[in-house]
Amino acid sequence: MKTLFVAFESDDESRAGGFCEALGQPWDSVHVPADALSDAAATAVQAAVQGHTHIAAVSSMRSKDVMARVAGLLDCGMVTDVTAVVSPTVFERPIIAGTVTATVEATASPVVLTFRPSSFPASGQGPASSTPLTVGPSLVQRTATNVRGGSRPDLTQAKRVVSGGRPLKDAETFERVIGGLADKLGGAVGATRAAVDSGIAPNELQVGQTGKIVAPDLYIAAGISGSTQHMAGIKDSKCIVAINKDPDAPIFEFADFGLVADLYDAVPELEKSL
Amino acid sequence: MKVLVPVKRVVDPYAKVRPLPDGSGLDTASVKFDVNPFDEIAVEEAVRMKEADPGVHVTVVSIGPAECEDQLRKVLAIGADEALLVETTDAMDSTVVAAELAAVVGQLKPDLVLMGKQATDDDCNQAGQMLAARLGWPQATFACKIVSQGGGIEVTRETDQGEETLSVPLPCVVTTDLRLNEPRYIALPGIIKARSKPLQKTARSTTAVPKTRVVSLKAPPPRPAGRKVGSVSELVAALKERGAL
Ligand SMILES: Cc1cc2nc3c(=O)[nH]c(=O)nc-3n(C[C@H](O)[C@H](O)[C@@H](O)COP(=O)(O)OP(=O)(O)OC[C@H]3O[C@@H](n4cnc5c(N)ncnc54)[C@H](O)[C@@H]3O)c2cc1C
Ligand SMILES: Cc1cc2nc3c(=O)[nH]c(=O)nc-3n(C[C@H](O)[C@H](O)[C@H](O)COP(=O)(O)OP(=O)(O)OC[C@H]3O[C@@H](n4cnc5c(N)ncnc54)[C@H](O)[C@@H]3O)c2cc1C
Repeated sequence: MKTLFVAFESDDESRAGGFCEALGQPWDSVHVPADALSDAAATAVQAAVQGHTHIAAVSSMRSKDVMARVAGLLDCGMVTDVTAVVSPTVFERPIIAGTVTATVEATASPVVLTFRPSSFPASGQGPASSTPLTVGPSLVQRTATNVRGGSRPDLTQAKRVVSGGRPLKDAETFERVIGGLADKLGGAVGATRAAVDSGIAPNELQVGQTGKIVAPDLYIAAGISGSTQHMAGIKDSKCIVAINKDPDAPIFEFADFGLVADLYDAVPELEKSL
Repeated sequence: MKVLVPVKRVVDPYAKVRPLPDGSGLDTASVKFDVNPFDEIAVEEAVRMKEADPGVHVTVVSIGPAECEDQLRKVLAIGADEALLVETTDAMDSTVVAAELAAVVGQLKPDLVLMGKQATDDDCNQAGQMLAARLGWPQATFACKIVSQGGGIEVTRETDQGEETLSVPLPCVVTTDLRLNEPRYIALPGIIKARSKPLQKTARSTTAVPKTRVVSLKAPPPRPAGRKVGSVSELVAALKERGAL
């Protein structure tokens, strides 16, 4: 029994210890180059699998893209977004936008897994070996890349996240109000799908069932109703603050601290008082 | 060009769904079923391709019980040409779905399989990539823009940090993200027309068995109740007391 951990980001390996410890077996680590395309990356991972019973990666868009293809190449089972290890073959994962927890058994070996690092302590020992993967040519060609973001911390790893929803009028207002508070807190910026759809915030900031999963120490939701799909992405935050002018907004059921107020008054005031 | 769109029957994504008290399944007694939202987006995109180029033919396929016919009729009403129901009550996981879809691809020989990036019930996000791997086809997941281009397609896709554009030769598998399009409102004439569109039923054509098994379901632990604060200064004080600031 041995795990092959597939690292996509330079710090993935340091986030894998707790999960690999929960599996309770030694692990080797391979690194996928940053520019590798999914089909070529999957073929390279497939070639490294021999002798391993578990093939695992940190949950992200990129890892889901590649790891499910690895499972297809190996014709093996896959469990996505593992949040707990019950035994080396039994795992928990959220379904239906996180409103239900499923216990899933892998009935065949090997098995491919992606896991949420926020559900596993950061400790744990390092890999037995750590090797870069050599990736061959892809069937597709990348013709353009548009990397956004910039100076703020990574949304999925930030200790503090400030998110805004539909009532933020436009991109400039969103950046000023939500971005301003986030910068004051040294945190990341998130958004709802409604904000993304209306062009107020870029897509990679979307938090939720179909966006990113965050688990900061502090999550501040301003002008966010609290739909199931959004809550799916923030449930594991240690402290949730909701600022909403509707006292009956569903988000108040989940928030540790709720403030009924207009975000255009409350957010700048909060920023100033820090 | 032939486009195949797989369509999954899922519980209404806006409904509150709970596990049965014994954890053996979901309590779906009073819940509606619908087309997986991502699949509706995939059908909409395929129909737009057809509207731009009459040479495009759109087949939709669902794998599951007889009731899936409702979802297939709905996507026929959006404008798909014909439907196939692989009728089964077998337990499936994504590997079985991928194997069954691969068999359908072998039979229909589409140039493009356009499907959802994930199903909103099980949130697996696996079937499209597994299918592409099985077929040895290129894949472009999380598509937010698709443009036909000579013998292939150009797909702009969401990444963890932004977007990238891929030039993808046909045949290929593309999975859709929410931003790709806004599915049209289905008007009554479309619904009536869909009733007479061809819908073929077949049995499963593979013997693939699941490699995962659902042991039980439970509700996640509830968050401890929070409280309302009266002002920004009260909020700041509460956060400091809690150690969150
Ligand atoms: C509680 C629970 C937990 C589960 N956990 C796992 C698990 O960890 N691993 C696993 O492999 N399976 C799991 N399954 C089984 C699996 O989700 C479904 O059985 C199977 O339909 C695969 O679809 P998906 O939701 O995984 O597809 P996804 O990969 O999430 O969906 C992507 C796309 O695939 C297409 N598609 C999926 N299913 C069908 C279908 N039946 N007909 C037509 N098109 C379809 C759709 O276009 C869809 O948009 C679980 C099931 C349950 C009930
Ligand atoms: C398949 C599917 C997947 C989805 N995935 C996601 C996802 O991943 N992430 C996500 O976020 N959503 C997702 N959604 C969308 C989700 O269902 C909701 O529509 C969305 O989260 C609503 O966003 P919102 O809270 O910004 O907007 P609204 O629901 O419009 O809420 C705005 C809130 O702001 C309050 N408000 C208005 N003005 C002010 C003001 N001046 N000051 C303070 N408060 C104010 C209002 O009282 C209201 O509560 C998904 C939906 C589907 C169907």
